[in-house]
Amino acid sequence: MSDTKIDESGPETTLIDLRNAERGGAVRRLLRAQSFQILLVLLVIVAIFSAIAPDYFAQLSNFRLIVQNASILAVIGVGMTFIIITSGIDLSVGSVLVFSGVVAAMVMRAIGGDGWGVAFIGIVVAILSGLAWGILNGVLIAKAKVPPLIVTLGSMGMALGFAQILTGGIDIREAPAVLSDVIGYGNVLGTVPVLSVIALVIVVIGAIVLHYTRFGRYTYAVGSSEEASRRVGVKVDRHLIKVYALSGALSGFAGILSLAQFNTTAIAGQSTTNLNVIAAVVIGGTSLFGGLGTIFGTVVGLFIPAVLQNGFVITGVQPFWQQVAVGAVLIVAVYVDQARRSSALRGGQSTSSLWRRLVTRSPK
Amino acid sequence: MTVPVLEAKGISRMFGHVRALDNAHFDIYPGEVVALIGDNGAGKSTLVKALSGNLAIDSGEILFDGEPVQFTSPNQASALGIETVHQDLALAPHLDPVQNMYLGREIMQDGIGKLFGFMKTAEMREKSRIAFDELGATVRSLTLPVGSMSGGQRQAIAIARAVSWANRVVFLDEPTAALGVRQTKNVLETIRRVRDKGIAVVFISHSMPHVMEVSDRVQVLRLGASAATLTTSKTSMEELVGLMTGASTKGIS
Repeated sequence: MSDTKIDESGPETTLIDLRNAERGGAVRRLLRAQSFQILLVLLVIVAIFSAIAPDYFAQLSNFRLIVQNASILAVIGVGMTFIIITSGIDLSVGSVLVFSGVVAAMVMRAIGGDGWGVAFIGIVVAILSGLAWGILNGVLIAKAKVPPLIVTLGSMGMALGFAQILTGGIDIREAPAVLSDVIGYGNVLGTVPVLSVIALVIVVIGAIVLHYTRFGRYTYAVGSSEEASRRVGVKVDRHLIKVYALSGALSGFAGILSLAQFNTTAIAGQSTTNLNVIAAVVIGGTSLFGGLGTIFGTVVGLFIPAVLQNGFVITGVQPFWQQVAVGAVLIVAVYVDQARRSSALRGGQSTSSLWRRLVTRSPK
Repeated sequence: MTVPVLEAKGISRMFGHVRALDNAHFDIYPGEVVALIGDNGAGKSTLVKALSGNLAIDSGEILFDGEPVQFTSPNQASALGIETVHQDLALAPHLDPVQNMYLGREIMQDGIGKLFGFMKTAEMREKSRIAFDELGATVRSLTLPVGSMSGGQRQAIAIARAVSWANRVVFLDEPTAALGVRQTKNVLETIRRVRDKGIAVVFISHSMPHVMEVSDRVQVLRLGASAATLTTSKTSMEELVGLMTGASTKGIS
């Protein structure tokens, strides 16, 4: 905000630009936020595919498909956003999803039946299974001080291993009928998938918690400076455990959603889920170094790979190009984050425009 | 004479074989600025940590309002109205001044809002604004992250935070070390205002001119022991430097 800069040689009084904050500051900050700029990128991609294939891509049914496919990842993405804001990482989400799905499926199979009662038990079991892995991750990271990358790499292997031990490596293909009929394939208002409505509810709650509650405030504080948080009396260890527990519980819930959608535990099907979710969070403007990020950005970040994949298939481009494109977007996103951080360290603007960064090299 | 608000009597602390504090004394009265000086390794930081609850002592006694106290955590010292501004300021760079001001002490909404962890954002902002105004702190914005602000502004925020929670004693560890001329002037002015509110200020500094300018008394530490206690108006920079380095022994009782 160079135009609101106050002359250093001015009178030594309190200069609080409350007026500036009210007068268009919020709008301008929104325009400069990385998540908003990524949204523009997404809209451009959608516009291009819509122009190329208006009859196939730009159809409500196609958008519905894209949204449905991104729903489960969005549930995991909420937890991952919290974790990455604390400057942590969770590689175990995909394996925890599988493990929770397997445990829930086995419990439901043992009880038997197709009603809501057994489905409800399955949902609770899945969430608790995920929660247990999350707490284990959190305790090892916060108390035993093992780096998050290593802890969750370990639990990633362990959760998947246990899932395979429990099932002998053979997918369980039974789930109560209500799960797949209502949650998996059900619709609200005729065309909106129930799965996506559930994901939307979790995304909205996650965003409110992150931006408006003390829990969210501490998440940013711990990621911004663990030492400063500790000194002012924030219980950093306990907060980290809670954040990893949240991610675990959401991954567990995603396990039951996946079971509902695909009617199988898909043991081998989640090997890149963790990386896809992390990429989405980072593309959405959340800093891997902690202290910065939004749930909104994560959702936008999820749709870029999803739309690219869908669009390439429809327009007849080899879908492998999607991986190339997403990789490039990811690197650009992290480059912008790095540049922003080093600029902030030099005392420059911390909210400088993405475009300016990419187009001009910032003067050193 | 009144009772010192905070007093250390013959406190010692060993780190392995190093005697960081050796029978050190310290006292400060309400509404007084006491400069704590000493060469590197003289035990200034150790003494401050002991008096602010960040470090246990091996022997000796700490008195608060004349009553013996044993600090086991910084929170305990905070509860008594003792706050420390560390050299690194302990601010979260991504949070704005208001969020930093109330970090760990958020004002929560009443009733159901509190249950869900919602905060009274407007009230915290208003109270922060008043606190910054009261100190004449130059805070450019209440909504930008403090990481994007100058060293002087960050220092002002850290001091304002400490002062608004401390009603008895504030420790300032090298508050002017990284500042320019103008910011330094601001900080020294702030120290006087805090003192005028009746709060005791412990000012740790290597800068003799600043010590001479702002303090009422000076306590000198050397090799972990109290070397001297002097009234600022009756001493000189040369004498202080001499006492710090051991070249002079005047004032040792």
